[in-house]
Amino acid sequence: MRKQNALGLLFSNMYDDSLREMTALRAFGSIPFGGRYRLIDFPLSNMVNAGISKVGIITKNNYQSLMDHIGSGKAWDLSRKNEGLYFLPPYSGGDQMYAGRISSLMSIVPFLRNSREEYVIMSDCHVVGNIDYERLLQAHIESGADITVGYRRGAVPRLPDALCLQLAKDGMVKDIRLGDFSGEEECCFGLGLYVVRRERLLQLTVEAASHSRMEFERDVLQRRLGSLRIMGYGVPEYTAVIYSLDSYFRAHMEFLQSDVRNALFPVHRPVYTKVRDCSPALYGLRAEVGNSLVADGVTIEGTVRNSIVFRDAHIGRNTHIENCVIMQGSLVGEKSELNCVVLDKDVAIRAGRTLRGYESYPMFIAKGSVV
Amino acid sequence: MFRKQECVAMLLAGGQGSRLYVLTRDIAKPAVPYGGKYRIIDFPLSNCINSGIETVGVLTQYQPLVLNDYIGSGQPWDLDRIDAGVHVLPPYQGSEGGGWYKGTANAIYQNMTFIERYDPEYVLVLSGDHIYKMDYSDMIAFHRQNGADCTIAVIEVEMSEASRFGILNTEPDGTIYEFDEKPKEPKSNLASMGIYVFNWKKLRQYLTSDEQDPKSQNDFGKNVLPAMLNAGEKMMAYRFEGYWKDVGTIDSLWEANMDLLDPRVPMDLDDPNWRIYSRNPGLPPHFTGEGATIQNSLISEGGNIFGHVDFSVLFPGVTVESGAEVRDSIIMPGAVVRRGAKVQYAIVAENAVIGEDAVVGARPEDCSGDGSWGVTVVAAGVRIGAHSKVPPKAMIDTDMEGGAVL
Repeated sequence: MRKQNALGLLFSNMYDDSLREMTALRAFGSIPFGGRYRLIDFPLSNMVNAGISKVGIITKNNYQSLMDHIGSGKAWDLSRKNEGLYFLPPYSGGDQMYAGRISSLMSIVPFLRNSREEYVIMSDCHVVGNIDYERLLQAHIESGADITVGYRRGAVPRLPDALCLQLAKDGMVKDIRLGDFSGEEECCFGLGLYVVRRERLLQLTVEAASHSRMEFERDVLQRRLGSLRIMGYGVPEYTAVIYSLDSYFRAHMEFLQSDVRNALFPVHRPVYTKVRDCSPALYGLRAEVGNSLVADGVTIEGTVRNSIVFRDAHIGRNTHIENCVIMQGSLVGEKSELNCVVLDKDVAIRAGRTLRGYESYPMFIAKGSVV
Repeated sequence: MFRKQECVAMLLAGGQGSRLYVLTRDIAKPAVPYGGKYRIIDFPLSNCINSGIETVGVLTQYQPLVLNDYIGSGQPWDLDRIDAGVHVLPPYQGSEGGGWYKGTANAIYQNMTFIERYDPEYVLVLSGDHIYKMDYSDMIAFHRQNGADCTIAVIEVEMSEASRFGILNTEPDGTIYEFDEKPKEPKSNLASMGIYVFNWKKLRQYLTSDEQDPKSQNDFGKNVLPAMLNAGEKMMAYRFEGYWKDVGTIDSLWEANMDLLDPRVPMDLDDPNWRIYSRNPGLPPHFTGEGATIQNSLISEGGNIFGHVDFSVLFPGVTVESGAEVRDSIIMPGAVVRRGAKVQYAIVAENAVIGEDAVVGARPEDCSGDGSWGVTVVAAGVRIGAHSKVPPKAMIDTDMEGGAVL
C-alpha cells in the first residue's frame, strides 16, 4: 500500500456524556467492544489500513485507560521512526482545557502547522465500522470540496446535537441542521468523519476561534455553508453508531450476525488491537454455547446464548447467560441467570443471582461491582 | 560496546525434528504449533524473559523461514532490546571455515563471538523440543551457590520409563558422577531435560578443544559433557519439579496438547505471573454457532464453529462446519473441517481442508489391537477430498481424493 498524503486526527472524548455509565472511568474511545476491541480500534485501524502513518489522538479527560491501550502504537504498526502516533492531551499546545472541537484543534495548531501532509482525516470514536478511508480521501480530492462530511442515511442517532445533511444530487451539502432528530424516520446524518485540506483546517480553526466560536459543526460547517464547498460522502460500509447503552447493546447483538462480522473484518483490512497474551478459550465438560462470540482467555462451564464474552471472563457451572455482553475479567458464579445484561470489566456476579434487563433497556453493572 | 550480561541463553533451534515427519516438512521443530495459539519456541523464549534473561541467541539451520518470521524483532516476548534481545544466528561462512552446524556444540562454538560481546558469567543452553515453565534464574542461583562448572536440569521420571531417557547418576548432594544414555538397567530415575548452565570461560575452553578433536561429533551430550566429567569438572544436577513434556514425536505432541484439557495436569497457560507470550494473529473472538456443541476443548480466536467439538484443541481461524465432528484432535491455524466430516484422534496441520463427509482417523476402541491404531496426521495445506477415508496412523502429505492418494 502506498503512503497517503494525509494525517489522521482522532477525537477520543466526543459523546462522553451520551454513555456516562461507561465513560465515568474512561474516554469514549476506550469503551470495550466486540470481545477484544476498544471503540478507537476501528477508526484507528481504518486510518492505518488506508496507508496513513501519522495519527494524532486528541483526548480531554479520563485518558489513562486509553493511553494504556494504545501504548506506543506498536499494535497498529504506528510505532515509527518517522511520524507514527501522537498523543494530544489538553494543555499539550496551549493553556486551556478543550471545550468543543475548535478549541481542541486550536491547542494542536503547532502540531498541525508542523505536519507536512496535505490532507487531514478527522474521526470521532463512536462509529463501529471498517470503512475504506482511502476511497473517502479519493472522493474528497476528486470533488474539489473544502470539507467532506462522511454520512449514513437512516434513523438518526438520539444525540442532542446530531448533524443532519440535506444533499443536492451531486452530493453537495445544501442544508445542515443540528439537534435531536431521532423522531424523524430517516435522514442523512453525519458520522463525525471529515476530510479537509490541512492548510484550510488551520485557517478555519484560527478564524472561528478568533470570534470565540468553538463548535466546528455549528460555527464552521453550518455558519460557513454559503461560502464553503461542503460535500457529503455516503459511507457504503456497515456502520453501527454508539450513542447510548441500548445502541451499544444493539450493536453487539448485530455483531453476532455473520454478515455484520464479515463486513467488520474483511481479510485485507484487519482491525488491530492491543495483544493480551491470554490462552485460548476453555470450554468445560458441561459447557453449552450457541450463537455467541467468545474471546481468548475465557472459561465457560455453563450455558451461553446470543452473547459476547470478552477476554478472561469466567462463566460458572449451571449458569445461564443469554443476550449478554460480558466484558473482560468478569466472573459469573454458579447457578446464576443473566438476560439482557451488560457487565462492565471485572464485575463479580456471585452464585445464585438472577439479573434481567430488556432488549430495549438492558441492565448495566458498573466496572468492578460485586453483585 | 555491549552492556555486560550475567547470562546469555543459546537456544538450539536448528534440528529437523524428523520424528514429527510431515509436520516438520517445511518448518523447523520449534516452529510447530502447540496449545491452541502457541509455537513450541514460545515456551523457552517466555521462560527466558520471565526469568530475567534478556539476551537470547536462536541457532537456526533446518527450514528457518517460518521460524525467522515468527521471531522477527522479538517484540511479542519483549525481547526487542537496544543491544540485548533475541538474535537469530544462522550458519555462516567465515574466513577460516565455518559453514553448517556440525552438532549442538559446534553451533555454539561458531557463535562464540556473539556470546563474547556480552562478557557473560554464564551461558544457558536450551532446546526447542519441550513444553514446560521454568524459572532459569533459580537454576543459575543453584549453579552459583554450588560453585559448579556445569549444571544440568533433571526431572524424576518413572523408573520403568528411565531407559528411554538420558539418565544422570548423582551423589546424594547432586554431584553428577556418571552419564547413562538410555540405560538398559538404569541406576537412577533422574532424566536430563537438555537444559545446561555453564560457566562461560569453562565452556569456551571445552568447545575449543572439542573443535580440535577430529573424531568428535561436536555434540553436547556425546562429547562435551563427558569430556568435562572425565576431566573432573564440578557438574551438578538441578532437580526440576513441575510439568515437562517432550513434543518430539507425533504421539507426544498429541498427548501434550491433550494434557491442557486435563485439569489434573499442572500446566496453567494463564498464570499472570508467568505468561506464555506468542505472536498474535489479531483475529476477532471465535464464533460458536447455533447447533454447535463444544465440550472440554480449547478454542482460539478467529474460528467459526458450527459442528461438534469434543476433547480437542483448535488454533486460530479454524472452521468446523455444521454436522462435522472433531474429537480428540488438534486442528492447527486456518484448517477447515467441512460439513459432515469426522476427525478423530488426528492432527490436522495449518490450512489443511477436510472435505465433506470425509473420515480422518479412528478411535482406538474401533481398531483391532494389532498396532494398526495411531494418531493420524494431515500435513499443512493438504486437501482431503469429500467422502475420502484416511486410516488411523496415516501421514498424509499430498492431496487425496476419494480415498486414493493423488
